[in-house]
Order: sequence, then C-alpha cells, then structure tokens
Amino acid sequence: MVHALDLLNVVVAHQASGSDFESPSINEFYPQAVLFAGTPFELNRIMMIRLLVMVLLIVVFSLWAGKFRSSTKQGKLVPSKFQLMGEISLDFVRKSIAHDQLGKVDGDRFLPLLTTIFFVVLGMNITGIIPSLNIASTALIGLPLVLAIAAYVTFIYAGIRKHGMGFFKSSLFPSGVPPVFYILVTPIEFLSTFILRPVTLALRLTMNMIAGHLLLVLCFGATSFFFFNAEGFFKAFGAGTFLFGFVFTLFEMLVAFLQAYVFTLLTTVYIQLALADEH
Amino acid sequence: MMISRIVAAAAEADPNPLLPSTPDLVWSSVVFAVLLVFFWIAVLPNFKKNLDARTEAIEGRLEAAEKAQAEAAAKTANIEAEQAAARAEASQIRESARAEGAAILAELKEQASAEAARLTATAKAQIEAERQAALISLRAEVGSLAIDLASSVVGASLQNDKIAAGVVDQFLASLEADNKAGKK
Repeated sequence: MVHALDLLNVVVAHQASGSDFESPSINEFYPQAVLFAGTPFELNRIMMIRLLVMVLLIVVFSLWAGKFRSSTKQGKLVPSKFQLMGEISLDFVRKSIAHDQLGKVDGDRFLPLLTTIFFVVLGMNITGIIPSLNIASTALIGLPLVLAIAAYVTFIYAGIRKHGMGFFKSSLFPSGVPPVFYILVTPIEFLSTFILRPVTLALRLTMNMIAGHLLLVLCFGATSFFFFNAEGFFKAFGAGTFLFGFVFTLFEMLVAFLQAYVFTLLTTVYIQLALADEH
Repeated sequence: MMISRIVAAAAEADPNPLLPSTPDLVWSSVVFAVLLVFFWIAVLPNFKKNLDARTEAIEGRLEAAEKAQAEAAAKTANIEAEQAAARAEASQIRESARAEGAAILAELKEQASAEAARLTATAKAQIEAERQAALISLRAEVGSLAIDLASSVVGASLQNDKIAAGVVDQFLASLEADNKAGKK
C-alpha cells in the first residue's frame, strides 16, 4: 500500500515536471504545526478539523438531546422536523445496526460505543468534501486506530464477560475440528481474530480516505492547471477534469457514509461473534 | 521509544501513513473519549427516554380509544334496545287500544240492541194494554148498543133485566166466538 502511494507520487511528479502543476503527495496529510509544535499536543490543520467536527457534533446532538428531553417532559407525541432528523440518525445505528445484529438487549448495551463510532467516522470523513476543510480527518491513521482499538477492546470484553476464558478457547480452538488440525487452525484463527480484525478496520478506513483525497486533489489540481496554465485548446481538458472532480466529490459523499456504516457494522459483528455461543 | 524513533525518522523523510504520530494519537483519543462520554451520558439516555415515553403514550392512547369505542358501541346497543322496546310497547299499546275499541263497540252495540228490544217490548205491552182497554170499553159500549138495537128491533117488553142480560151475554159470546174464529 505504501509502495503504491510512493509510486503514485513518482508518477504524478514526473507528469508535472516543468510546470506549475502541484502534484498531490502524502505530505498533504502532514501540514505545518499551528500550535504547541513539538509537544504531544501539537495542533495542525487536521487536528483542528477534528476538534471542529467534535464541537459541531456536540452542538448538533446537544440540540437534539434538548429536543428529546423537552418532548419527553411535555408528552409531545409528534416530533418536530428537526427532532425527527435526530431520531432518524440515531435510530439508524440503533435499529439497522445494533438491534439487527445483537438483538434489543445487547444492542442497547453496546449502543454508546456504536453510536460514537458511527458519528465520529461519518463526521470526520465528510470533512473531505467540505470546501475550505477539504481533508478527511480520518485519513490520518491515528483516529481509525483509536476507534479500532476501542472496537477490539469491546469485543474481547464482551466475549470474556459472556464466556469467561472459554471465549479464547472457543475462538482459537473451534469445535468440530479434529485436534490435529489445531496446529494449522489455531494460528490462523489467532491471526484473523486478534490481529487482522483491528488492523483491517483501521487500514480500510484510512486508505479509503487517503485515496479519496488524492483523487480529488488530482482532479481539481489538474482542472486548475488546465484552466490557468495550459495553452489554447488544452484549456478544454479542464472541463473534463472538473467534471471528474465533481463526480468524485459525490462519490466521496457516498464513501464517507459507507465507511462509517462498514466500520460500525463490522464492530457490531465482532461483538456479536464474541457473544455467540457456538463458533 | 522504538515507535517514536521510527516516526521521527519517517517524518524527516517521507511520512509513513501507517504510523501514527503522537499528537495524532493524542488528539484522536481526546476526540473519541469526549464524544463517547457525550453520547453515552447526554444523548442516548434522552433519546431512549423520549422513544419509550412516546411508545407508552401511544399505547395508552390506543387503549383509551379502544375503550371509548367499546363504550360508544355499548351505548349504541343500549339505545337500539331501548328503541326496540319503545317500538314494541307502542305497538302493544296500539294493539290493546284497538282491542279495547272493538270491545267498547261490541258493548255499545249490545246495549243498543238491548235498548231496542226493551223499547220494542214496552211498546208491545202498551199496545196490548191499550187494545185490552179498547176491548173492555168496546164491550161495555157494544152491550148498551146491542140492547138499544134489540129494544128498538123487538120493541117488546124486554125491560125484564133477566132476559135482557141473557140475550146480551149470548150475543157477546157469539161475537167473541166470531172474533176468535176470525183471528185464527
């Protein structure tokens, strides 16, 4: 993956040599520090976008929570449009993800984590197509990694809580397999369950966002180049690249939602597998 | 230590997108923790409470509506039963009134015919009495007339009462016999 990205840099840089074309590179994701440079609390553009998204999420959901509280108090049965939007958003995670996979009781038990993961990923992804923010703050692996670790810890906790140490036994030594095959099966199960799950969760999200960002930069960078630096007939290419950029922006909107959904759904499935009696 | 050294080395050259920097991890954790606590404490309880309250209220109202409907149905049934009873009563009253009317009519007819019979009987009796009276007065008058006639016809000395009375009685008897024969 890293190799592929390097290759992309090289190719783009080669194409762009000798012009004003700014090639997208991995350095896009490591902007200059703005505050507290050199400390663990170093703030750059992406960190500030994270904080901005956090504040926005808190503001919006506080408003919704206020609506929920007041409508509970007044015994209002018909929610306002604004309140309904909040209900649909939260119910999407609750019904379509948590209750569908885990059932009502366990679904509600793990709902705080699942809701947080979904809206954090969605909010941080969507900044990739918001003008002037223009970068998904999940494209830096730190946040996906933290979320993946949270999912990892949660599904192991769920398994141990339900089955005790039997959770590891049933995970690593699946029943119905002849004992001889454990030599083969156990390492594979260990790798897939306890190592690959969090790694794939984090990488899938990060790489999707990095690729999306680079694509958009490429499209709009090219558009800018064709419009302002190219001569005569070549200016027309700008329209094509701009159209591509527009289409990919819509595509990124879909990806932002889809990745949030996939991340949350996989976390739910891992919890569900840990809670299941048979493996 | 190891990781931070690698990260530092990577940052100097081309950063490796697979290795998180410390600030990245720090801010990610902060954002995640804050939002987790926020959703856990501030949002989801209110959301659930609201949904539960709504479910409860809707169920309660549905129940109340069902009860009201049942009550209305019972009331309607009551009213219908009352109407039917009233209708039955009315027809009964009408029926009895008709029967009573017929009875009264019959009674009146009977009374009338009885009255008529009585009147007829009285009239008959009166007629009979008058006839008797007429007969008696006629007999008396016929007696003297007959004597006058006989005395004028005979001219003789029929002044003898004994003979006279005998003649008259005889005459009367024959008269009566004639009369009876004529009646028959």
